[in-house]
Amino acid sequence: MDMNKNAPLLETRDLKKYFKVGGGTLHAVDSVNIRLYQGETLGVVGESGCGKSTLGRTILKLIEPTSGQILYDGRDITRLGTRAMRPLRREMQIIFQDPYSSIDPRKSVIETIAEYMLIHKAYPSRREIMDRAVELMDLVGLARRYADSYPHELDGGRRQRIGIARALSLQPRFVVCDEPVSALDMSIQAQILNLLMDLQDELELSYMFVTHDLSVVKHISNNIMVMYLGTCVEFASSEELFASPLHPYTKALLAAIPEPDLDSREKGFQLIRGEVSSPINPKPGCRFAGRCEQCVSQCHERTPDYVETAPGHFVACHQVNGR
Amino acid sequence: MEQEKNLILEIENLRVTYETDLETVEAVNGISFQIEKGKTLGLVGETGAGKTTTALSILRLLPETTGRIKSGVIRFEGKDLLSASEEQLRGVRGNRISMVFQDPMSSLNPVYTVGDQIGEAIRLHNAGISPQEVERRVDEILEMVGIMPSRKVEYPHQFSGGMKQRVVIAMALCCEPELLIADEPTTALDVTIQAQVLAMIAQLRKRLGTSMLMITHDLGIVAKTCDDVCVMYAGKLVESGTVEDIFRGERHHPYTEGLFGSIPNLRTKARRLKPILGLMPDPTDLPRGCEFAPRCEKCMEICQTTKPEIYREGTHRLYCHLFDPHILETGGAANGHE
Amino acid sequence: MATKKSPSGASYVGGGKWKEIWRRFKKNRGAVIGLIMLAVLAAVLLGAPLFVFYEEAITQNMEFMLEKPSAAHIFGNDGYGRDIFARIIYGGRVSVAIAILATICSCLVGSFLGAIAGYFGGVVDSVIMRSLDIFMSVPDILFTMAVVYALGANFVNLIVALTLAYFTNYVRLVRSEVLTLSEQDYVEASRAGGAGGLRIILSHIIPNAIGVIIVNTTLNIAKIIIYESTLSFLGLGMPAPQPEWGQMLSEAREFMRKAPHLMFFPALSIVITACSVNLIGDGLRDALDPHLKS
Repeated sequence: MDMNKNAPLLETRDLKKYFKVGGGTLHAVDSVNIRLYQGETLGVVGESGCGKSTLGRTILKLIEPTSGQILYDGRDITRLGTRAMRPLRREMQIIFQDPYSSIDPRKSVIETIAEYMLIHKAYPSRREIMDRAVELMDLVGLARRYADSYPHELDGGRRQRIGIARALSLQPRFVVCDEPVSALDMSIQAQILNLLMDLQDELELSYMFVTHDLSVVKHISNNIMVMYLGTCVEFASSEELFASPLHPYTKALLAAIPEPDLDSREKGFQLIRGEVSSPINPKPGCRFAGRCEQCVSQCHERTPDYVETAPGHFVACHQVNGR
Repeated sequence: MEQEKNLILEIENLRVTYETDLETVEAVNGISFQIEKGKTLGLVGETGAGKTTTALSILRLLPETTGRIKSGVIRFEGKDLLSASEEQLRGVRGNRISMVFQDPMSSLNPVYTVGDQIGEAIRLHNAGISPQEVERRVDEILEMVGIMPSRKVEYPHQFSGGMKQRVVIAMALCCEPELLIADEPTTALDVTIQAQVLAMIAQLRKRLGTSMLMITHDLGIVAKTCDDVCVMYAGKLVESGTVEDIFRGERHHPYTEGLFGSIPNLRTKARRLKPILGLMPDPTDLPRGCEFAPRCEKCMEICQTTKPEIYREGTHRLYCHLFDPHILETGGAANGHE
Repeated sequence: MATKKSPSGASYVGGGKWKEIWRRFKKNRGAVIGLIMLAVLAAVLLGAPLFVFYEEAITQNMEFMLEKPSAAHIFGNDGYGRDIFARIIYGGRVSVAIAILATICSCLVGSFLGAIAGYFGGVVDSVIMRSLDIFMSVPDILFTMAVVYALGANFVNLIVALTLAYFTNYVRLVRSEVLTLSEQDYVEASRAGGAGGLRIILSHIIPNAIGVIIVNTTLNIAKIIIYESTLSFLGLGMPAPQPEWGQMLSEAREFMRKAPHLMFFPALSIVITACSVNLIGDGLRDALDPHLKS
């Protein structure tokens, strides 16, 4: 995988997205730098409200970024308008979290899958587009007899397969997977995760996999980025992050996952205090400081730098970087 | 194994259906389990397994127009709840058995302050209590769940999801019930908050000695919080036993194995997961044989035609033909199983 | 790179969407009855010249003034001795045409504006909604009167006036529907696929809002027929000899006690028309909703 490290497929530089809200400015995404290489998966992990979904949508230009740069395949797409983005929509796609609200209830399965191809006139005739949609159903493991069914007749797992087929219909290179399995039952989650991995191998897809569930990203990601209140607190390869997490938040997140075996039972609960607040008019300093056990005075005064502590391992924490 | 256990809840052969003019959904199909005093029983299963239906049946809160308890016995401290009058039940609900739901917002009224609502719960269950005493108890309860008592004048929308759930749990526990039924209490919460809430429940239970029925789909939560486990599939208990039996035992129901295989594990390195193929059967049209047979990798001929018996090994119970002594003797070889 | 064409040569034999909708529509007995009623009505109104002469509808004959229904004049005669049956038929041609066309126009204009306001929001929304407020601050009837006065009372101008009076309802209705619908993930999914605003409105938002729009539209047809009668009553309806249901109703008022049949037949016609349109509307709403497929 190291061969293609030369040019990332997707890169963001100091990407920011602020929203005006009642109480001031909400810093949903604040100076996020990511790099994603062809064929790899970047896992983006964080709790609700950390800006991970906003990040995915901003990169796809479904939301206009406030400042910073988004580079796709070496090209700056930050300021492209709707029209100029249209050809790029073929290459950059998204799979949504909720398989219920992300599919139009009035459209049959085949119409939903064919929609993007019809928009882009991907094939010369409607007939060919429909044929291709049927092939996509085969690809994602949806029986052809569902072609004329409506979403409400199908269960969550099958609906998510429709969403995947739709996202892949234009043969994208880059797909944002926004919590694609969190609304599904366990046994179905595993089916969909396997499907996503198989498709990645088969079609050389690059994923940005957004989720709140560390155990899910561990399986699927090459690199993982941990977000907290709009900022990136730690970035490392998947093995590295699980073997030696550095940021106190990452550690807390790992410790909070209830593991399905009895050995961890004796350990009891390892808690971090407090709640995730919302990043409205954040003060300078580390955003995790209020909940951090190792917090010292400078954590409240200065925003920690995002430093490479080991090759490919970045952390934003005064305590770690000070050592 | 002592025979005379101190049981708080016993359920025997419970059957529940939802009936409409068009169809009959067989939600719970003859399940039996017991909860010992002070212990926690985990009821695990996926959507549609019948977990919530079981919980609602205990308090007889099924939707009146469709829900029917077809047969079975539910005994709470030796008294039959199914034959109890509505009035007797009211004395049990919230007072001796409390229930916490997945969505905390559904249990809190948005137009009253949090303090008022906790106070209301206290007044309901302690007739003739003085206002000062109520205030004192409210402060005490909020403190107990880690919320500053000064916030009691705030409204539910000013609280975060985790805090709301803690308030709801506090309300459920404020009358010191003997049994707490928690239906996916942390599913809507973030992991760090989930850990806080689970720790709080554990701590409160220890103090009050409450027994608990924990309904969840997360085996991790079961491992952390439960003493006994029932695995539910399509309205049946396919496997039950102590946590030791389920997490360390040698033999398992194929569905339980499938569940464990489906979870992305933090320790293992395997990239691919081993999902259970297929989907939950249609509850209006369940298979003739074993409910899990259509998805089971170890399915034998007999599984498709005959429902299995429950086979016991000590505390461990399995609902699967694989553990039929006859089949175990022949090693199941004749049927293509290892 | 890309998936190759499958050797099996996947092909989709399909469609039949309209057939499916028609199948669902047929299953609704009320809707079918409504459709038959409307078809008969349409046949009678359109085929009128084959069995009644327009002259009968406008020729005054004081001999038969306020005559009760008889074999010669099956619906009786009005205050000027004109044949009510002929007047109902020829009046219906105008009334129903105006009602349907005005409803369709107001529905199209209103839905379109509402969809734009709701979908694009911001300045577009403000401009549309504030202009609407101005429209609505003038009482409907005054507004319509002014339009008909200014333009003159004829078929087209009546439609224009009625459209202007009724489109505001649709703007509000559709806008609020659109506001909820455009929050849905599938709208975002469509944008992620490169769909533009117009495409999203036409292919996702309108189809999902159609149920509400149809029900409103069918209810409106009856209302517009009555509204026409108000205009006629004020002398702003179709020019004099031309009969019209609303105008017949208002003329019948003075003879209500002496000759109730003058009022009964035009009223019955309005009821039948409104009823059939409502039944069809309900059926159509259900037929277009895949949730009720089975």
